[in-house]
Amino acid sequence: MAEENALKPFYSVLILAFICSALVAGAAVGLRPLQEANRILDRKKNILYAAGLFEEGKTIEQMFTPIDTKIVELSTGKFVSGETFSPESYEQMKAALSEDTGRQLPEEEDIARIRRQEKYSLVYLVMEGDTIGQIILPVRGKGLWSTMYAYVALDGDLTTIRGVSFYEHGETPGLGGEIENKSWQKEWQGKKIYNNNGEIDLKFAKGIAAGEEPAQSNQIAHQIDGLSGATLTTKGVDNLMKFWFGDHGFKSFFAQLKNKEKANG
Amino acid sequence: MAETNTELISRSIFKRNPIALLVLGICSALATTGQMTTAFVMSICVTLVVAFSNMTISIVRYQIPNSVRIGLQIMVIATLVIMVDQILKAYYFGLSKQLSIYVGLIITNCIVMGRAEGFAMSNPPIPSFFDGIGNGLGYGFILMSVAFIRELFGSGSMFGIEILPLTTNGGWYLRNGLLILPASAFFLIALLIWLMRTVDPDQQEKD
Repeated sequence: MAEENALKPFYSVLILAFICSALVAGAAVGLRPLQEANRILDRKKNILYAAGLFEEGKTIEQMFTPIDTKIVELSTGKFVSGETFSPESYEQMKAALSEDTGRQLPEEEDIARIRRQEKYSLVYLVMEGDTIGQIILPVRGKGLWSTMYAYVALDGDLTTIRGVSFYEHGETPGLGGEIENKSWQKEWQGKKIYNNNGEIDLKFAKGIAAGEEPAQSNQIAHQIDGLSGATLTTKGVDNLMKFWFGDHGFKSFFAQLKNKEKANG
Repeated sequence: MAETNTELISRSIFKRNPIALLVLGICSALATTGQMTTAFVMSICVTLVVAFSNMTISIVRYQIPNSVRIGLQIMVIATLVIMVDQILKAYYFGLSKQLSIYVGLIITNCIVMGRAEGFAMSNPPIPSFFDGIGNGLGYGFILMSVAFIRELFGSGSMFGIEILPLTTNGGWYLRNGLLILPASAFFLIALLIWLMRTVDPDQQEKD
């Protein structure tokens, strides 16, 4: 062991701290472009998963060509022109935190428990000729431990779910983490979010117990099996759907789209 | 040194396994053994971190003042772990997403610290490096064994490939819910320790 000198602990710590911080900073800065690219690619992949457009063997950019990225003002439901924000560089999470582009949610509105909501949201449109074939919307909400991020793809009728993809969360692996399970996500396909009166009608059911009557056929379209062993995560998913497809979410956007269709047709 | 490099590696896998004999690094063994893939990547990461932290600390062992040695060791380990985490995020994004916080938790893995303090501080760099590799492999061996049982009977799969078709997917195998939960790794590790100490009675503790 080295001979102890009163000052030696100080400068040896300082030197090592300097070397270590240089290494860490170097790695973080040097690898950031790659990590950022990965993150964007991962989001795009999940958008494609939700829309059911993902195919093995093709590059993500290739598959992404039919998708049109736009920005929507949530309160009015109108598209924002590319001059105000460019869809390529708009960062939704950052926008929610800033004073200009985000707002604090009052407690009674905040059923998804996200605290701050952005005023503008990205939407992804898949056009089929002149009409909208599919809309993919980013949603998020708090589960048991973490904020869960997902994309929900809707049919052109604006109520039938075409697919869903949860891409970021910190729920318990094997229990709440099963929101990532592709076969559970598949169950969402064809479910309807709104009923005939335009109200949100989407239920997350517990498994059908023996002796219980199976749900009526008109209810099945609004019912998704909850995750067993993950009651609170399922509740979080339920809440985030209610929030984002409710009045403070994309409802005014849907109203705008429907108006436009009427005007055109 | 009485032991050759090969002995340094092999003794840590069975005779002096860090988890089974020294009972170190249990925490991450619970968390990452739900699936073989995560356990495998975790083993590789820990092996790399132990090996290089051992080597680095052994190189500078004469410069480390006794009074602040633990702090300096942690600093070296933390640096290495952050670099591993950054590299995973840059090149293996899918895996780093699965491992999420566990990579960061390697810093607190007692094996890394234990080897730095117990071996690297008093041995030359090369044997320290191999001791690190050995301990990492020993840790990996236990992790993989536990993950094998947990994934096969808990999720019916192996490295994510379905072996036993689950009832939830329309198959016949009803998964064992306990094995999905991290606590089940306690039971499995205890059984492994029992097995290893029965095969090799030298490992048993004397009263």
